[in-house]
Amino acid sequence: MALLDVEDLSVTFARRGQRTVRAVDGVSFSVNAGEVVGLVGESGCGKSVTSLAIMGLLPKQPGLQVSGKAVFDGTDLLQIDDRSRRDIRGRDVAMIFQDPLSSLNPVVPIGLQVTEVLTRHRGMRGEAAAKEAAQLLDRVGIPDPKRRLKEYPHQLSGGMRQRALIAMAVACQPRLLIADEPTTALDVTIQAQILELLKDLVQDSGTALVMITHDLGVVAGMCDTINVLYGGRVVETARRRPLFRQPRHPYTVGLLGSVPRLDAGRGERLNPIPGSVRDLLPWPDGCAFAPRCDRRVDACIGEPPELVLTHDGRSYRCVNPAPLPGLTPGDEVRTAVPGPATPGSVPAQAVPDEPPAVPGLAAAPSEEETP
Amino acid sequence: MFRFIVRRLLQLIPTLFGLSILLFIWLRRLPGGPETAILGERGTPEMRAAIRRNLGLDEPILIQYGRFIRRMIRLDLGTSISTKREVTTEFLQRFPGTVELTITAMVIAVGIGIPLGYLAARRRGRFLDHASVGGSLIGICIPVFFLAYILKAIFSENLGWFPSSGRQDPTIGATRITNFFVLDGLMTREWDAAADALMHLVLPALALASIPLAIIVRITRASVLEVLNEDFVRTAEAKGLTENVVRRRHVLRNAMLPVVTSIGLLTGGLLSGAVLTETVFAFSGIGAFLADSINQRDYPVLMGFIMIIAVVYVLVNLIVDLSYSLIDPRVRVR
Repeated sequence: MALLDVEDLSVTFARRGQRTVRAVDGVSFSVNAGEVVGLVGESGCGKSVTSLAIMGLLPKQPGLQVSGKAVFDGTDLLQIDDRSRRDIRGRDVAMIFQDPLSSLNPVVPIGLQVTEVLTRHRGMRGEAAAKEAAQLLDRVGIPDPKRRLKEYPHQLSGGMRQRALIAMAVACQPRLLIADEPTTALDVTIQAQILELLKDLVQDSGTALVMITHDLGVVAGMCDTINVLYGGRVVETARRRPLFRQPRHPYTVGLLGSVPRLDAGRGERLNPIPGSVRDLLPWPDGCAFAPRCDRRVDACIGEPPELVLTHDGRSYRCVNPAPLPGLTPGDEVRTAVPGPATPGSVPAQAVPDEPPAVPGLAAAPSEEETP
Repeated sequence: MFRFIVRRLLQLIPTLFGLSILLFIWLRRLPGGPETAILGERGTPEMRAAIRRNLGLDEPILIQYGRFIRRMIRLDLGTSISTKREVTTEFLQRFPGTVELTITAMVIAVGIGIPLGYLAARRRGRFLDHASVGGSLIGICIPVFFLAYILKAIFSENLGWFPSSGRQDPTIGATRITNFFVLDGLMTREWDAAADALMHLVLPALALASIPLAIIVRITRASVLEVLNEDFVRTAEAKGLTENVVRRRHVLRNAMLPVVTSIGLLTGGLLSGAVLTETVFAFSGIGAFLADSINQRDYPVLMGFIMIIAVVYVLVNLIVDLSYSLIDPRVRVR
């Protein structure tokens, strides 16, 4: 059984006098112990809301509705009471946020912000907690940790702040770590360092990692399995290499195609996906991506596309997917699953030997097979 | 830190100098003078002139001002025209009452206002929120003297829980040391005197606290609402900290910054005296005395009291700035 099983997760925000917004619409995916899973998509596709819903961190407001399941180690995180959730948060499931400056309390020293987790979940106090905190800062690569413990967030650089946040997240050796765009607010050089650090940490401790990002470079460098989200639904799930080599969903194709290429000729235009997420069609009326899709056919409108599971263990939600070379659509084993209640995860498959043939991504944070 | 304090105290000198000029001009431009207050309508021009000569008011204004400054430098504030007593003595006798009243009122306002503002923010849109926001609007709108009379009528005259006027029951015969009646009672171990002085403080302090309380509730509520949306509160929640720790360490500590500033300003305001409250409760502080002095054109008292109040105001705000830097490391003073 997977460590985390998200099933048919939906989040809607209803405000009086406004249209109800369905930010997450039946998302399903799973994370195995020690696995790195990516949630990829544009801004507004529901990836952050998904992670906050799993953590129970969505701002409590009237009109917020969360349904579905998020089963972590046999416990449905969406059903448990506030106290048990606080027990799990920070100890078994931890989270790293996007903006390290605003995510740290400006008036509390770094040391206390680290030790408070140790005090809460490991019962450590005083000298022992301070010593452990210094070790944690050292482990995430913060030099002179003893001095840093007494400093305040504004005295640290952006990269140091994110390292400190990571130290707080891994303080209790959680089994699942959710990283919500952990490198977006950082310089490119620092980004690579932070990704390396995360990769080392999860490899050493066997922590599973859910990596939320819009950056395909991050995904290519780290993730075992990737879920592509669009309009609050998972539109494609695949292991890393098949996804990069042969994306099936036109949105995934578009995402990969819009990455700028270093080997492109001068003056060659970039290749963005036309339109924006605002142009999406409500899922009940058809495929949300249809208005922006260049493979649109008549069947796209009217009913939401069903999830298609293929014989190589991938899945996508499209009636007219990008073709696989040497394979006619009839050869594919199609298991049509109606509605959104589908496990989006796929079992691990034999992965081809060649490195992912992703244009422009060769410079992504290194993997052992990247030359 | 030390240099900061010294610098701020040095800044006080030009402030006081400027204030003294403004005050001098303003007071002398008030129609009438002490001689009118003393003689009323009956005085002949000769009698008026004699009084003015006696008080030195017939000399050119620059000479008068120079004399005032020379005395100020020796910390001599002169003698009251109406009571014939030293201004400093008058001040030291009355100011402790105002200080006691201010402190009690602010303890009430802060002690109720911050928890209430926090709860209102946490229960946003629910009954307690609407009740405290609406209640604070009433608190701001209701005239203080009206509230004072109501409190007096209910809790003193009808229920008899609290004394209706004065600072202490004179029949107790309490020993006076500092003129802070509660403090004196504690220092001399005359417990009944301290308790009696405290009971005398309750009603005027409640009346005086109404506006600061309302302001503190609103500022706390708005500030907490803002902080609750901050990312670091989400981080604290993600760490699984207990609600208590999140509230104390992460929400309130940050939300207190604007509240501390307003507490400073409000305290400074109350310390300059509460004429209406003091009048209703016959409470001897500086407020009613200042109002009388304006009517009497008692120039030395007005000059002296207002200058001292200015110093107190600056000191209170210095304390606020220092405590601000204790809460927020980003504004550590140098």
